Amino acid sequence: MADEVIQEFLVESYESLEEVERDLVELEEQSSAELISRIFRNIHTIKGTCGFLGYGRLEGVAHAGENLLSKLREGELVPTEPITSALLATVDAIRTMLELIEQTEADGDEPYEGLRQTLHVLAEGAPEEAAPPAPAIRVEGRAPMLSAPPPRSTEPADVAPEAAPEPTPAPAVEVLTRSRDGAEAEGEHRTTVADTSIRVHVELLDTLMNLVGELVLVRNQILQHQEALEDSGVSAAAQRLNLVTSELQEGVMRTRMQPIGQVWSKFPRIVRDLAHQLGKECRLEMEGKETELDKTILEAIKDPLTHLVRNSVDHGIESAEAREARGKNPEGTLTLRAYHEGGQVNIEISDDGSGVNLERVAQKALEHGLVKREQLERMTEKSLLHLIFLPGFSTAKEVTNVSGRGVGMDVVKTNIERIGGTIDVTSSAEGTTFKIKIPLTLAIVPALLVGSGGDRYAIPQVNLVELVRLEEEQEAKIERIHGAPVYRLRGKLLPLVFLHEQLGVERQQSEESGIHIAVLQAGDELFGLVVEDIRDTEEIVVKPLSRHLKELGAFSGATIMGDGRVALILDAPGIAAKAGLASKDRDAALALEEENEDASALDQTLLLFEVAEDRVVGVQLANVQRLEEFDATRVERAGSAEVVQYRDRIMPLMHLGKVLFGQPPPAYVRQDGQPATLQVIVCQREGQTAGLVVDRLIDIVEERVDLDPVGRRHGVLGSAVVQGRVVEMVDVAAVLGEALPTLGARG
Amino acid sequence: MESTDGLPQYCTFHLGELYLGISVEHVQEVIRYQEMTRVPLAESTVRGLINLRGQIVTAIDLRRRFRLSPRDELPMNVVVHVDDEALSFLVDEIGDVVEVPAELVEAPPATLTGPTRQLVSEVCKLEGRLLLILDVAQVAGVGATRSAA
Repeated sequence: MADEVIQEFLVESYESLEEVERDLVELEEQSSAELISRIFRNIHTIKGTCGFLGYGRLEGVAHAGENLLSKLREGELVPTEPITSALLATVDAIRTMLELIEQTEADGDEPYEGLRQTLHVLAEGAPEEAAPPAPAIRVEGRAPMLSAPPPRSTEPADVAPEAAPEPTPAPAVEVLTRSRDGAEAEGEHRTTVADTSIRVHVELLDTLMNLVGELVLVRNQILQHQEALEDSGVSAAAQRLNLVTSELQEGVMRTRMQPIGQVWSKFPRIVRDLAHQLGKECRLEMEGKETELDKTILEAIKDPLTHLVRNSVDHGIESAEAREARGKNPEGTLTLRAYHEGGQVNIEISDDGSGVNLERVAQKALEHGLVKREQLERMTEKSLLHLIFLPGFSTAKEVTNVSGRGVGMDVVKTNIERIGGTIDVTSSAEGTTFKIKIPLTLAIVPALLVGSGGDRYAIPQVNLVELVRLEEEQEAKIERIHGAPVYRLRGKLLPLVFLHEQLGVERQQSEESGIHIAVLQAGDELFGLVVEDIRDTEEIVVKPLSRHLKELGAFSGATIMGDGRVALILDAPGIAAKAGLASKDRDAALALEEENEDASALDQTLLLFEVAEDRVVGVQLANVQRLEEFDATRVERAGSAEVVQYRDRIMPLMHLGKVLFGQPPPAYVRQDGQPATLQVIVCQREGQTAGLVVDRLIDIVEERVDLDPVGRRHGVLGSAVVQGRVVEMVDVAAVLGEALPTLGARG
Repeated sequence: MESTDGLPQYCTFHLGELYLGISVEHVQEVIRYQEMTRVPLAESTVRGLINLRGQIVTAIDLRRRFRLSPRDELPMNVVVHVDDEALSFLVDEIGDVVEVPAELVEAPPATLTGPTRQLVSEVCKLEGRLLLILDVAQVAGVGATRSAA
């Protein structure tokens, strides 16, 4: 991070120096108090910053220059040629040191005694007569004697020797030339920060971004029309325009990108102070601070991130004593990670504390009346953990001045969702991790265009999960719970929201029958937005809405379509909230759902295997430790059992096909004479390991399955419909009981 | 903005029987009727969004703002700047730009009631007619009835 501060300091200082140089030259022609003040301010700023950054020598030189300037400013001295020259020499010296800093990160060991003395002498009021032009000649002459290279041809240097006063000018000049030359010798193509970067006002970038947005629209229009023209020349030009526009768009977008490290830079201090204040020990680690994000987004995540970091130090990391008692390093670690993934940026904030205390979360939620006791009892750990995002929730035992300032996790969540991001939390005894996903930029986004009430609306792709179309005869599949429409999407209930109802517009009867459901993700909600028709996807340029339209909550902006008309951009979280799908209700609904759930339902990840050639069985992931492949030659026998050596232990093998369906085990030698490979599910129970041999792994599905007792027998829990086919669910415990007869015997 | 005579200038327009004016410094431009995209859920005074050369401008129906009955003819757009936002006021017809000597300007009479009272900041006693100067911020602001939707 320090690098960035220094870079910024360098860029700013180079700029200031240039201004000072110009001003000094102008000062020679016409003295003005304004000019002197500006020079003074610039030098003063450089002095202040380099003092702050610990560049003592640079500070010393700047200070000497500043002293002289302050005399000028106060009118004690009037600018004369020697003074100007000495000041220009100061500018050169500063620049030389800046270049040194840029290369070596240090301001060198040259004290610039001569220059400082000159400045001092001048400041102490040895005016004009002390500095006749003559010494300059001597300086010129002396320089080579001091084995300095030939005088430089740059303008300030020309001035300096000419007018540098006795008795000290020579060393100053000599030093300057030498170090200058040293820098040049390193390579002519070396460029300084100031050469390769310029500072541009964000406003200008915004204007550029808007213009590029316009260009994208024009491009879209042209692409639409060129198809109708069927002119190969036009097509070719349109294609080229398409390419160039895309590249330009990307380029301009990149100008607005800034590393996330800029926001992170203040965290070490925050963490340090906070840990100190709380009597904790905490180390902050940052990974991927060079990850770039649009400036607007960077601004928007600054506060949520700060809150999360504070929160982690406050609630996540335990006190040093508590950590020691648990046998952990007394110093806690807070890790910030940022990385790009699939057009989005992921940011993780992890602590190695003891994790979120779910009991306390439940207790708090109950106390604040956010959930009912019965609901709590039925909640999964994940739902419990997500209670922390409810408005009005705070787990801090006492309100510290750190995190309990009325800004809760709900605000963090809202702010992140406002910019189209999501936040998730996972917690275990090893620590808590908050994971934020945010889009790279907000300005130009891909969107799906839908129709409702005869108007077009855009839905940002980042909110869109999938599209479902129901034919007329399938419309009956929309069920109602207390009047609330739901649809069973692959076995899960998807709450439905009719867009025309939310917007209060007339539903338009489209020619085609059936309905379209856009499955949208708003935060951790998934809901189906029923629209009348679905059109194209298009890259849209997001334009802000006027103030009082923003407050409607249903729209996040507007955009201009290819035909020049305006379309509103739907705000998925806003619509979800309008439709009463707010997190709180959803969590409550979730709890209710779990409450009403049949005990036989399994809401887990299932591994589907093929056994006995054509039978499909399902095994709950929770039962599976690993999937392994063994060469058939590794199978040995122990008594009647087949075993393999696995991790220095003997692991019995069972053929699931044989156990469940009475099929003989497959041949261990393939038709080509090579040994077969066994696919084995490694399961563990009470510290003992057994392997279940299957034909192959078909699929891993995450689905709620309703267990039907059909087919229930020893080793089979029952059957269920998974992805359209009947799957028999393996009773792993029972099967293992056979393989490991000692199970349970030891109590 | 002042004319060469130093007199304040007003862009004038007609709305039913009302003769209204806006200080020219607020007015960006006057354009003919534009197609609009309606904004569901918004107040009824918000007629829609206009694409003004790539800028999205909210159109406010002054007839609705003044609670006048609707009119069949297409309205004109007076694009104004309020607090860094561009808004378009939909009016019946555009009038001239007039200069008004300060002595002809008065505060609205106390008898003025209804929405007009809030929306008008000054009255100019022109020869033969009264020109009502709009308080642009008030006209732009919220406060009208919500749409029934």
